[in-house]
Amino acid sequence: MNKSRKQINTTINGEDYTHEVEPRLLLVHYLREVAGLTGTHVGCETSLCGACTAIVDGQAVKTCTMLAVQADGAEITTIEGLAQDGELHPIQEGFWERHGLQCGFCTPGMIVAAHQLLERNPNPSEDEIRHGLEGNFCRCTGYQHIVDAVQYAAEKMQG
Amino acid sequence: MATMAGPSRLIGAPIKRREDPRLVQGLSHYVDDIKLVNTLHCTFLRSDYAHADIKSIDTEAAENLSGVVKVITGSDIAGKVGSIPCAAEIEGLKVPDHPALAVGRVRFVGEPIAAVVATDPYVARDALDLIEVEYDELPAVVDLDAAIESDSTVIYDEFDDNIAFTMPLDAGDVDAAFAEADHVVSQRFVNQRLIPNSIEPRGVLAEYLPGEGTLTVWSSTQVPHHLKTILSLLLDLPEQLVRVIAPEVGGGFGSKLNVYPEEAVVAYLATQLRKPVKWIEKRSEGFTTTIHGRDQVDYVDMAVKNDGTITALRAKLLANMGAYHQLLTPIIPVLTYLMMPGAYKIPNIKLELIGVFTNKMATDAYRGAGRPEATHIIERMVDLAAQKLGMDAKEIRFKNFPQPDEFPLEMATGVTYDSGNYQMSFNKALDTVDYASLRARQAELRGQGRYMGIGIATYAEICGMGPSVGVAGGGWESSTVRIERTGKVTVLTGVSPHGQGQETSFAQIVADEYGISIDDIVIIHGDTGRQPQGIGTFGSRATAVGGAALIIATQQVKEKMAQIAAHMLEANADDLVFEDGNIFVQGSPDSAVTFADVAATAHVAVNLPPEVEPGLEATHFFEPSNFTYPFGAHISIVEVDPETGEIDLQRYVAVDDCGNIINPLLVDGQVHGGIAQGLGQAMYEGAVYDENGQLLTGSFMDYAIPKATQVPRFETEHTTTPSPVNPLGVKGVGEAGTIASSPCLVNAVVDALSPFGITDIDMPMTPNRVWQAIQDAQ
Ligand code: FES
Ligand code: FES
Repeated sequence: MNKSRKQINTTINGEDYTHEVEPRLLLVHYLREVAGLTGTHVGCETSLCGACTAIVDGQAVKTCTMLAVQADGAEITTIEGLAQDGELHPIQEGFWERHGLQCGFCTPGMIVAAHQLLERNPNPSEDEIRHGLEGNFCRCTGYQHIVDAVQYAAEKMQG
Repeated sequence: MATMAGPSRLIGAPIKRREDPRLVQGLSHYVDDIKLVNTLHCTFLRSDYAHADIKSIDTEAAENLSGVVKVITGSDIAGKVGSIPCAAEIEGLKVPDHPALAVGRVRFVGEPIAAVVATDPYVARDALDLIEVEYDELPAVVDLDAAIESDSTVIYDEFDDNIAFTMPLDAGDVDAAFAEADHVVSQRFVNQRLIPNSIEPRGVLAEYLPGEGTLTVWSSTQVPHHLKTILSLLLDLPEQLVRVIAPEVGGGFGSKLNVYPEEAVVAYLATQLRKPVKWIEKRSEGFTTTIHGRDQVDYVDMAVKNDGTITALRAKLLANMGAYHQLLTPIIPVLTYLMMPGAYKIPNIKLELIGVFTNKMATDAYRGAGRPEATHIIERMVDLAAQKLGMDAKEIRFKNFPQPDEFPLEMATGVTYDSGNYQMSFNKALDTVDYASLRARQAELRGQGRYMGIGIATYAEICGMGPSVGVAGGGWESSTVRIERTGKVTVLTGVSPHGQGQETSFAQIVADEYGISIDDIVIIHGDTGRQPQGIGTFGSRATAVGGAALIIATQQVKEKMAQIAAHMLEANADDLVFEDGNIFVQGSPDSAVTFADVAATAHVAVNLPPEVEPGLEATHFFEPSNFTYPFGAHISIVEVDPETGEIDLQRYVAVDDCGNIINPLLVDGQVHGGIAQGLGQAMYEGAVYDENGQLLTGSFMDYAIPKATQVPRFETEHTTTPSPVNPLGVKGVGEAGTIASSPCLVNAVVDALSPFGITDIDMPMTPNRVWQAIQDAQ
């Protein structure tokens, strides 16, 4: 088994990681089991629910659809990397302020997806927010407070 | 000078959740985030067939795979792991043996047959492919109506038929009421099977320490205390040495109100292998083997008078149990039965409830659990009656509501509604949408060939579960309040929140009572090692029962504190107020003792009043005198495109009365999420098995839970009718949205399509189904 292992180097939330991994290891499992960052969740393993979303080289990616070896050399930001110096990112703050979460399981993926949405469209309409988050399922909130949370963040990030 | 500002009331305020900072940063710990050294990973081999005899199982190749530690089958654990239990007590109920791993025969697709344990989760999965099972396929029983025909295959050799139980009810004089009716309306309803799909899958981690003999189980569960008791019984371990922890739990909606085979097997394996064992459900397993919801076929007749008075209801309810009973499977349709009259006074009711075994996954509690079915039936029937009478859907409802002064109101089904003012919530909803002008607009659009529909659901539901006589396994709740030496407050509760936010709302209750900062209070839940007794979170009970236990325990400790403070202040305990972290004689805030000082005095124990023992702690078990009966009125407005069958949901207004409200932010969140799930049932979701019992909707590709683009913005309002059955006057709100929204939406679509002569439509109301209904009607 060891013979087939591949070495990969990644930067996750600004820190460098080097590991030997099985070629079939999914990126989400690499993040959670090897790098020990369990904020990225697994909800379906079939690239449908969005719980595993992280930012890979500037793109929001469902990390259950990617192999760890494909992330060799990549720069990755996970939910754990968004808050800076103990300050919540405005999107995290928005989710807190606007009650954008209940069980919280979808939340890291949702916040990361919202991050990309606001990067591309800093002032989205409600409709644009809903479309931008279409790949992320939430079973708890009915989405309304999530929309409010993203609007809160958009205002804060512009202001 | 001390400030004279009155105590800031937290109860009723939209306090931001204290749970959220950890959750928004990904710093929380769900089961799969808990890592123990040397953990082994478990996977389950599951039946490919709905109904088959197992001829042989060959595990040798799997056992030989490098990294595999153990493979077990049903025969390996027979007699060592007990039958998965059902808590229902229903007269004549057939309870089949439910082995954790199938022995000899499988009865639904996904039933676990063997468990593999390996050092690596990928290897554990690989090993499943190496297990050979030889089956003899048997005819699958899949159709509810056909399952009770005399020529049906019978699933259990030990039973004569597939009928798990029947429950009759005959209240009043139904035959006379039908004989004297001006009109009778009749309808068959299919309340389709749903798959809960919390976004966190189920998961179990178990660790056994052989020296101490202790078993610790982390499970994504809503009922850690029940799980603790049941695991001790299933594995024959002393209950005191079993600890169950529900860590962060990523949603449940009833699906984790259960004890599953995987929990028993993983715990058993941990005791045998003496290393931690973990199993995390794959989504595909969740679809086939986490309980399903609903699945009833209901035949209903209603007798009405010309003036709209409903005089009688007669129904046969066929409820699909699936292949085995899970914890509460047979009880769920009993809730349908009890709530059949909904928000209306119907004196004569005759019911026959029939629980039916089929070769499908067990049904059990899924958000609403039996009440969405009841509400669907009654709200549709009321609309059907109105349509027949040429009466407005609004008028027939007012005609049949009880008056506010009639509560507590005993219903023909035997339950007693605690309090209500149905006129008030309905009027508020009607005013919010400006009902009269909506009807005018509808008439105008019809003139233009456009199909706008207005849907109404005025519901009453049963919550706050409940008195123990009505809840299998006990309906009480327990809470401990402890004031630490430093004056910080620890609350231990037997409820087990998984998104509901009781770390916030419970702290609001305590902070108000003690006049201290919410930041000085910690709410501990979901750990049988810390709070030894509890029931759990389900049936919209956490605040109505758990909150009631909490406020009483809080007050018990407060009384003792007041005695100690009175001793310190040389005052009378009855004259003391607790405010802003101080305790003082009413009107004399300048000579106060601090809350923390009194806590210290209680623990240092050298200056206590005579007969007062050290410490500040109380535990209260609260047994409610009745269920609570929340109610409300939902109104939706749709436009249907007859060319495509597409439904445009334009507006959704919910007026819910859940009694007193602790935190309106959390209540709105519950209502939104509830409506979205009911909307899912109405428009998108449905579990489909083929004639062989194969689940065709086994992934998010084929089973559509609502996405952000598929739900509108909801308008939520409230009326407040306190419940008399608990000291907080709360009723519960976790399920209201789900209970009201599916009939509300179906009523809207049927109303839109009434010009075609359409009187009913099955859920989910997909464009194809709507289009087909229009074609059939033309
Ligand atoms: S876990 Fe990756 S999309 Fe669901
Ligand atoms: S908050 Fe529970 S799934 Fe979104």
